[in-house]
Amino acid sequence: MLKNLCQKMFGRSLWVYHANSGGCNGCDIEVLNVLTPYYDVERFGIKLVGSPRHADVMLCQGPAMRSTALALKRAYEAMPAPKLVFAIGSCACGGGIWFDSYSVLGPVEKILPVNYYIPGCPPRPEAIIYGVAVALGLVDKKTAPVEFKQIEFPIPQYHPRDLRRDHDMVVYEKLEKV
Amino acid sequence: MSVLSKLEETFLCLKAGRVTLPYPAQAQPLPENFRGRPIFDAAKCVGCAGCANNCPAREILVFDVCQEVRILQYLGRRCTYCGRCADVCPEKAITMSLEFENATNKIGDLGQKLELFMSTCQRCGRCFKGAAVLDELKMKGYRSDDLQSERWIYRSQAFLESEPVVDDIKIELD
Ligand code: SF4
Ligand code: SF4
Ligand code: SF4
Repeated sequence: MLKNLCQKMFGRSLWVYHANSGGCNGCDIEVLNVLTPYYDVERFGIKLVGSPRHADVMLCQGPAMRSTALALKRAYEAMPAPKLVFAIGSCACGGGIWFDSYSVLGPVEKILPVNYYIPGCPPRPEAIIYGVAVALGLVDKKTAPVEFKQIEFPIPQYHPRDLRRDHDMVVYEKLEKV
Repeated sequence: MSVLSKLEETFLCLKAGRVTLPYPAQAQPLPENFRGRPIFDAAKCVGCAGCANNCPAREILVFDVCQEVRILQYLGRRCTYCGRCADVCPEKAITMSLEFENATNKIGDLGQKLELFMSTCQRCGRCFKGAAVLDELKMKGYRSDDLQSERWIYRSQAFLESEPVVDDIKIELD
């Protein structure tokens, strides 16, 4: 649904606003790298604008900090709907490695509704372009949650009906039959 | 003058040629020693929690369900791809893969969860590999990080209370 909305609303071009709420500048450099002639995202109609009022997409870098959370929220509210938020980098996705510092509130999703996550510290410019392509529905996302089990651990189910009191012990009858 | 400078600019631009990389159409070669997402191999992992203790982002949570089962959860959200977990792993169960195209609309997609079988040690009740490899691990005993709210709880208990461990860490965050 989000994808359809994206394609409908942002069919022609995405204007992005670049907000750093306290990152280390690594992600800023990568985002700017995406806009250089080498990766040239203006091919896809993506353009950097200087004001949130002109923007369709907010690129968030850095965690939500105590000092910038309010400003970030105000910038988000200034954007005209429909709007998308991209969390770029580990800081924006999960709080970064200083997530337990006194000045870090946590990931930006604590402050804003985030639509797409691009993890990495910093993410490669290709990863950022890939994230935009995922948002536009050009490619499918590659990640899926993974779960492994070393063994199927049999947890015995004790039914009270099979429990029998024997002097001062409780005996599980089925075990004796095995 | 200004026309000349413009001409010069044009000349410079033409000399540079076309530099735009054909990225989305064609994969870019990755630089040497590139580190992407860590991938856990459940078949090799012994559940020592060395990776969890050495992760600077406190990204790997360990939860002991019971004596035999330990859950190791890699969140993937604030991983810096530093490779310390792969470095410290005594069984080489973690590989730093070349995956970087991990953009997603659900942050839970990045997680990896391992359910490990732990054998029982006759001495302390927990399975440990030799101390020499994992000297730096100060954690002993059961771990119960908060898997629901993805919080890392640093708690340590010395087993052999008669012999107190020097520099035993006893901090509890949250
Ligand atoms: S994710 Fe890494 S590179 Fe980006 S702002 Fe945070 S610390 Fe810096
Ligand atoms: S690569 Fe670094 S940040 Fe990521 S899980 Fe391993 S130790 Fe933690
Ligand atoms: S360091 Fe290696 S063996 Fe130990 S818990 Fe982590 S992945 Fe498993």
